[in-house]
Amino acid sequence: MKPLAIKDDIYWIGSVDWNRRNFHGYSKSHMGTTYNNYLIVDEKVTLIDTVAEEFWGTLKCNIANVLGDRKIDYFVINHLEPDHAGCLALAVEKYQPEKIYTSPMGQKAMMAHFHYKDWPVEVVPTGTNINIGKRNLTFVETRMLHWPDAMLTYCPEDKIAFTNDAFGQNWATSERFADEVDRSKLEELMRNYYANIVLPYSPVVIKTLKALEEMNLDIDTVCPDHGLMFRGEDCAWAFKKYQEYAEQKPKNKAVIVYDTMWHSTEKMAKAVASGLAEEGVSVRLMCMKNNHHSDVMLEVFDSAAVILGSPTHNNGILPLMADMLTYMKGLRPQNKIGSAIGSFGWSGECVKVLTQWIEDMNMELVEPVKVKHVPDHDTLSQCFDQGKAIAAAIKAKLAE
Amino acid sequence: MQKYVCEICGYVYDPEQGDSESNIPAGTSFEDLPDDWACPICGATKDAFVPED
Ligand SMILES: Cc1cc2nc3c(=O)[nH]c(=O)nc-3n(C[C@H](O)[C@H](O)[C@H](O)COP(=O)(O)O)c2cc1C
Ligand SMILES: [Fe+2]
Ligand SMILES: [Fe+2]
Repeated sequence: MKPLAIKDDIYWIGSVDWNRRNFHGYSKSHMGTTYNNYLIVDEKVTLIDTVAEEFWGTLKCNIANVLGDRKIDYFVINHLEPDHAGCLALAVEKYQPEKIYTSPMGQKAMMAHFHYKDWPVEVVPTGTNINIGKRNLTFVETRMLHWPDAMLTYCPEDKIAFTNDAFGQNWATSERFADEVDRSKLEELMRNYYANIVLPYSPVVIKTLKALEEMNLDIDTVCPDHGLMFRGEDCAWAFKKYQEYAEQKPKNKAVIVYDTMWHSTEKMAKAVASGLAEEGVSVRLMCMKNNHHSDVMLEVFDSAAVILGSPTHNNGILPLMADMLTYMKGLRPQNKIGSAIGSFGWSGECVKVLTQWIEDMNMELVEPVKVKHVPDHDTLSQCFDQGKAIAAAIKAKLAE
Repeated sequence: MQKYVCEICGYVYDPEQGDSESNIPAGTSFEDLPDDWACPICGATKDAFVPED
């Protein structure tokens, strides 16, 4: 896509990664993604972030398209992760910037990534202001949102905030602004991004939103480094969504995450699901053989209850469940009810192992159910009742 | 009691609050935290903490 002027002399010059499905090696991006970066043409021409290294060609082309032969004076690096700083070494070499501005932690990360010797790096802690001609740029550290180095760059004259990964969505589109696309799709993709990437840092999100509010920044355009940009009233919408995500208020919804060998655990899962549905809880049944862990996480994120199912396998649980649980625990979901089900053949450790995970994630435990080999009518009605018990716990939680 | 701040993520350990996530009761001084205690935000170990001024 060609550069797009988002304000006078401020350009989106990002790259659209239409074919990206594996985001960062651990999560799914079903709709592709974009690496947004920006160029401000002022007395000092300023580049904000770069793109993934494989798009170096596109980046050079976009810069030439906007600048012709004019040089770039300043780089602002909001985050050192390779999807944004991937072209940094190449760009420093080619454009020879006079200054590279980054956060205090950004400088450390820059050193650890590029092992540079003589780059003109200048650290800009929160509140630092630089003048680039008609405009000023103010920097705000957004530490641990989602890396220690993350920083936000604000331009008061144009009321723009460049927020890097915050407020991003993985969506390759020909549109550039949130008001040009389907809102429910956008919201789902933003939630997906949050659930899989930002979630563990929810306390930081709440603190950062509060700090931004106290700084009283007048913002009419939010420019994240992935997906669509927000303008006008959509800025408040994006902030409100992040506040909501960070609070992790559960919905009247449960997810049963399971794997199964001979379908006994699966039969139990279906019985639990029908007990939940009977009580009016919306249920998702997700077998790990058919679902990627990041898709499961999207459903877990806004659920009030997570039911884990696995048969006993070699005195433990099945490997796809272990994968899922390692991933889920790392993302630190809060305010959840947990329960477990499983079928076993002789030693029967499955439910004990799953319960330990539930406790490790600080979920409120509802009595698990296990069965030797194949569930009979009685066991299935026990599972149905377990579903009803979880529904009751959900009702109590939602009433809190 | 002295508060300690994580140099990686800025989390402040407040002895008066403890850290419920790791079952550290209120009133536990930073020195008395177990050696394997980790920052609840970024997971850094105790040596990433400095006294808050
Ligand atoms: C979502 C995400 C979470 C991460 N969490 C941590 C972390 O908790 N602690 C840490 O030291 N590094 C963390 N990292 C940084 C990676 O370990 C780091 O980028 C590493 O260099 C990647 O190595 P690789 O090139 O082999 O993938 C995280 C990276 C991502 C993308
Ligand atoms: Fe990132
Ligand atoms: Fe990113």
